[in-house]
Order: sequence, then C-alpha cells, then structure tokens
Amino acid sequence: MKPLEDILVIDLSQFLSAPSATLRLADLGARVIKVERPITGDICRQLYVSNVNLNGESSIFRAINRNKESFQADLKNDIDKQRVLKLIAKADILVHNFRPGVIERLGFDFETIKKINPNIVYGSISGYGNEGPWKSKPGQDLLAQSLSGITWLNGTDGNGPTPIGLALVDILSGAHLVQGILAALVKRSKTGEGSKISVSMLESILDFQFESITTFYHDGGQPTVRPKNNSAHAYLGAPYGIYKTKNGYMVLAMGSIPFLGELLTCEPLKEYTEVASWFTERDTIKKVLADHLSTDTTEKWLSILEPADIWCAKVMDWDALFSEEGFKVLDMIQTVSMSDGFEYKTTRCPIKIDGEYLKSPIGSPKLGENTEAIVKELIS
Amino acid sequence: MRPLEGILVLEFAQFMAGPSAGLKLADLGARVIKIERPNTGEAGRQIALKNLFLDDSSLVFHTVNRNKDSYAANLKDPEDLERVKKLISQADVMTHNFRPGVMEKIGLDFNTIQNINPKLIYGTVTGYGTEGPWAAKPGQDLLIQAMSGFTNLTGNKDDDPTPVGAAVSDIITGTHLAHGILASLVKREKTNKGALVEVSLLESTLDLQFEVITTYLNDGNKRPVRAKQGAANPYLGAPYGIYKTKDKYIALAMGSLLKLGKIINCEEIENYYDTDSWFTKRDEIMDILRAVLIKETTKHWLNLLRPEGIWCSDVFDYKTLLEHDAYKVLQMDQKLPLLSGEVVHTIRCPIRVNDERIFASKPAPRVGQHTEDIINEFNL
Repeated sequence: MKPLEDILVIDLSQFLSAPSATLRLADLGARVIKVERPITGDICRQLYVSNVNLNGESSIFRAINRNKESFQADLKNDIDKQRVLKLIAKADILVHNFRPGVIERLGFDFETIKKINPNIVYGSISGYGNEGPWKSKPGQDLLAQSLSGITWLNGTDGNGPTPIGLALVDILSGAHLVQGILAALVKRSKTGEGSKISVSMLESILDFQFESITTFYHDGGQPTVRPKNNSAHAYLGAPYGIYKTKNGYMVLAMGSIPFLGELLTCEPLKEYTEVASWFTERDTIKKVLADHLSTDTTEKWLSILEPADIWCAKVMDWDALFSEEGFKVLDMIQTVSMSDGFEYKTTRCPIKIDGEYLKSPIGSPKLGENTEAIVKELIS
Repeated sequence: MRPLEGILVLEFAQFMAGPSAGLKLADLGARVIKIERPNTGEAGRQIALKNLFLDDSSLVFHTVNRNKDSYAANLKDPEDLERVKKLISQADVMTHNFRPGVMEKIGLDFNTIQNINPKLIYGTVTGYGTEGPWAAKPGQDLLIQAMSGFTNLTGNKDDDPTPVGAAVSDIITGTHLAHGILASLVKREKTNKGALVEVSLLESTLDLQFEVITTYLNDGNKRPVRAKQGAANPYLGAPYGIYKTKDKYIALAMGSLLKLGKIINCEEIENYYDTDSWFTKRDEIMDILRAVLIKETTKHWLNLLRPEGIWCSDVFDYKTLLEHDAYKVLQMDQKLPLLSGEVVHTIRCPIRVNDERIFASKPAPRVGQHTEDIINEFNL
C-alpha cells in the first residue's frame, strides 16, 4: 500500500511548478484529477522542448503528468464549474497556480472552497507572493532565477550571469508545496482541520540560496565573486571545482591542498599549508592543479585519489552514466503507457518506502480522457 | 498551531541533505533533536563558506540547523546508546546519512529499531542507494552533479561542464526525504505502523532532471547541446536566454519570437516564421537579438517589452535584490541571537500556512546544549 492511498487531489494547475507537486503526490499513492480547459488543456501540452513530439504532445507534459487523470472543464461555464465544485467537495487536497486575483474571480478561492469543504488542504503557487510590486508579474522559471541572484553563483568570473539549465525554481516551489500539503494532512488527521498552504517561486528559490544569502549578510555584503577558472562554487575555496584531464573532465570537492600535492606529486601545492589561503588564493591554486591534472587521464587520477578518501568523481553525460552498473542497479527508468497503447520511458519517483520503489505504469492522460467516468463515479 | 506540532524527530544526519529535511520539519512545527557526538558535534559544523564561523561552528551549520535542539551522545558507549534507544522509543521520526552498514554495526538500523519502536518513521540518505558498485562511494554534492549528467545543462556551448554553485543535489534530496517522511506520517495515522524511507543523492538529482531525461529517453538519446552564448536551457529555443544590454543584462523567457522581433524593431527576425527554427537555428537567432539588445539599456527594453506581455526581466545580484521593495515586502529575513551574543542573519522558511509566515523560534544549538534537559524530560 502506497502511503497516500485514498487521498483525492483536484489539480487546477498547469505548466510545471504545481503539476510537479501533484506528480509527487500521485507517485506517493494519491489519486490526482487534473482539471483542464477544453480544446487546449494544460498549456504545457504544447510547450515543446527541442521540438520533440511524443504521441502528439510535448515530452515534458508527458513527463510531468503521468499517473494522473484528466477532467475537462471550463471554469467560466457554470455547469462545468458546479461539477468541479462537487469534485472539490469530495477532495482532500486542492492545488492551483493561478496568478493572484484570478482564483477569486473564478470563485475557487480558499474562503469559498472552505464553505463547501471545511477540511480541505488548499495549496497554491504564485510567482512572487500576493503582495508588493511584483505580485502580478508572470511566475516563470528563468525570470525568477534572474531576479533571485542565482545566475551569479554559477560559471566563471568574467562570464555573464549563468542561469541553471533546467526549471529549478518550478521544481523547488513544487517540492515546497508538497511539504506544506503533507504537513497539513498530518495535522488534519489529528485535528480534523484543513489548511491553506501558499508557496511562491521567488521565496522558494531564495530558500534554496539560504547558505549564500546568509553568507552575504555576514561578509559585509560583498559582491558574489565566482572563481576565474575551474569554477564550481562562488563561496568555496580550492580545490572545489571542475578539471579537464587528458580524456575528459573530473571534479574535486573539499580537501587539503598540501595532501593533494603529496598524492598527485604536484610539488607547488605542498606550499599552501595555511587553510585560509585555499580560499583567498583559489584561482592560483586551481590553475596549478588544472595544469597538473591535464597531463593524465581521469581514471589515473581517480585511482590515486579515491583510495585516499579524496572526494572526486568523473564527469559523465547520460550515455556514460546509464551504461554504468551503479546506475543500472537503481532501476531508475520505467516504461509507462497511455490509454491508446503508446508507451514511453521516463524516470520513476526517487523515494523508496519499505524497500520498494514507487513506480506506476500509467502514462499521461489525453485531454478530458476521464471526464465521463469521473462524472459517473463522483458527480452524479 | 503549526502543522507538525507534537512530532518528535531525531536527526543523526550530518552535513546538508538530511539536516535540510530536518530544518523543514522543524519550521513546519516538529521538534527536531540533533544527536551529535560529544565535543566536536556533527561534521557539518566544520564545513564553511568563505571561512565564516560563529560561536565555533560554521555559518552554514547555523543556517541549516536553526530551530533544532542538540543532544550529545557517543553511540559507541553502551550507556549513551541505551539512553538514545530510550529516546528513539518515544520519537516519531529519525534520520541518518551514515554509509550503508554503519547503523547495523551500532545496532540502530531499521530492523533493530522496529523492536524498540514499531511506529517510527526511519529516514535515510545515501549517495547512490544501498546496492551496487557505488554503495560505499562517498556521496557529495559536486560529485553527484558531475556523475548525474547535470553539469552538461548549464553554461554556454564551449564552456567546460558547469556545476551549479550551490548544494543542489543535497537540497533536492532533502526535499524528497521530507516528502517520504511526511507521506509515511500520514499513512501511520491510518495504519499505526512505521516505515523505512530511503532516498539517495543520485536518484534525487536524476529526478530533478526528469523532464529533460524523459526527452532524452524518447528523442533517440540526443545529447543536450547548450546555446552558444547567453544559454539558459539546452532544450529551449530562442529567445530563451540572457542578453547583455548597454548597461546591464536582460532575461527573455519563451514567447513568440516574431512578436518580439516586431517590438524591438528587428526585421531580420521575420525570416524565422517557422517555429521549429527557433530551436534549430537558436544560435544565429540569439546572435541577431544580442546585436540589437546591446544598443539600449535594460530599463529601455523592459519598458518596451513588458506592456506587450513579453516575458522578460532584470538580472539582479544579491545587493540589488535584497534592497528591493519586492524583496522587503516578503519579510524573508530573520535574525537569531546565539548564546555567544552574536546574531545569525538569515532567511525564513518559504512555506506559508494559513497566510502566516513561519519564523524560527531559536538558533542552531551548541553541541549537547540540551542533553541534560532532554534526559530529564524523556526519563532517559
């Protein structure tokens, strides 16, 4: 039995942030009914990446919305709206990511919903919260990254701002929403009371940077300076970084510089006996290290460093990783199938409970695929 | 009342992944007691950014361990171990990130604990799972970023693989640990049974990439190719990226390239009416946009683009963001006084419950600060 069996989620959200939250709830065992507008459905269905079309729709929609049902409804049409309200009356959780103000106009705000279902756990994701000058700005991942300061943490000094190459803000805000919703369910099972859980993309990506923002508050507000070379972290000293070898790349995490000098027989490194210098002189140290590591293969260096308990690894792409035994034992890839028989591969939920992976064979739904069955089962 | 009030969590976990999960549970109302070795405490107390320390522990430690208690125990000492077992018998949750086999040796592994407290939710973090050739390999954030393919997503085409300059694997793994624990607490209310929740840095970092890995698995295993300059996501076409302006930078998210071209008065863009070309000819399109956007200031472009509904934004550093009204209105900051008289200036939990912000009631503890009190309170 999956932990959230018997939990019903009505999901009014689209794109990635909140839908990634309901995917997690679905994988943990909840039943997720995705309410979608007629004709287009979730706009993400048409948000193609690298022009890949997977059975008529985008591959990211297929990744985010597997293991869910689709209920077609126009929330501005009264008959449809009444149906959705009936669903919500029976639900444990409601999720949306409309911009502030829109949900009130549609009549699905917390105060209204509480009247028809006082025990509901009501979760929402906004871009920038419900107050202040940015409240009506579109909540979009790259824009939130750009405003949050995070683009100055990655890459090397002298390069421009470097955003993270995937939708990290969406995913974090979705993850925080799940945390809030599940905590509220724990409370509800003790007190019977529902809750309202609100998350914003900006607050979530700030929380993600809690280490470096706290550092900024304590270092006198100095500008963030990335390493000039071999960069992996703006606030960490050498050797922390990425290094080119004769046949690829490797990374080195924290470690003692003189000890590295000894292991690698790199004499100049032995002189950095003062720990503080590993940060203040990191660019020079890394350059020395980089020149040295470029003279031999990744495998050679790892064979010296790993037995000495130095934190290091080979940089891999997915081709390389997926052929490794260490990856294969994780059984991370699952095949799911849609109602028309179309099959596709995707990753499974990363959480293991009582020794079992949380898998599901169900692919993403076609728009409105489950409307009739849901009407019969839950509405009429 | 916070949602997790009454929940007792024992945190044997060290460093970032496990403790970041403990922090969320603490902020959501649980009581979190760190079980630390006497005197030195957990190893994370010595991991510092920019060599910053307060009251003998790193600022990073203070950031991720606020709102927790500390109980000092030597798990190799039979008397201490007995007391810890008594504490476990009264707890709801425990977490650790020891390498596979360590807790078995001490006698605090899941199976043994089941005899002491069958209702306990037992959460573990490993680097790569408990089986296979990597089970004993150290799990560290940068290593996992490198091995998981993640470093191939960020940065420009000719850059080295580019890690993210924050503990992204640790933090995402921590969110998944919290998900598994909370879902198991929900289930426990129905079944009265504990659970074993396992996450690993590698699986969680693959899950973080689920959208793009799903695309890769279904597009004939094409390797991600980063844009030549201003790259923001290897899978998205132009204009998605960051551009230099006359004075600063501007971020442009997805949207109609043709509409954008018209607004900024760039006729060349009209040639790209085929939407597939926005991805296939991304580099040349971005070159064209770059040549235009460099001519005016960021403010000029934002004033032109925003009213037209183009998704665009400033690119801020910490100083600009943290002094901005849109940040201040969030009331994200909190200041926590330490026993030493120093004050930790950090940020709060990003989740709001019933429209209330969650602030911590206390700072991170000294090693063993609460040992005596806990012995008395729990009759150990």
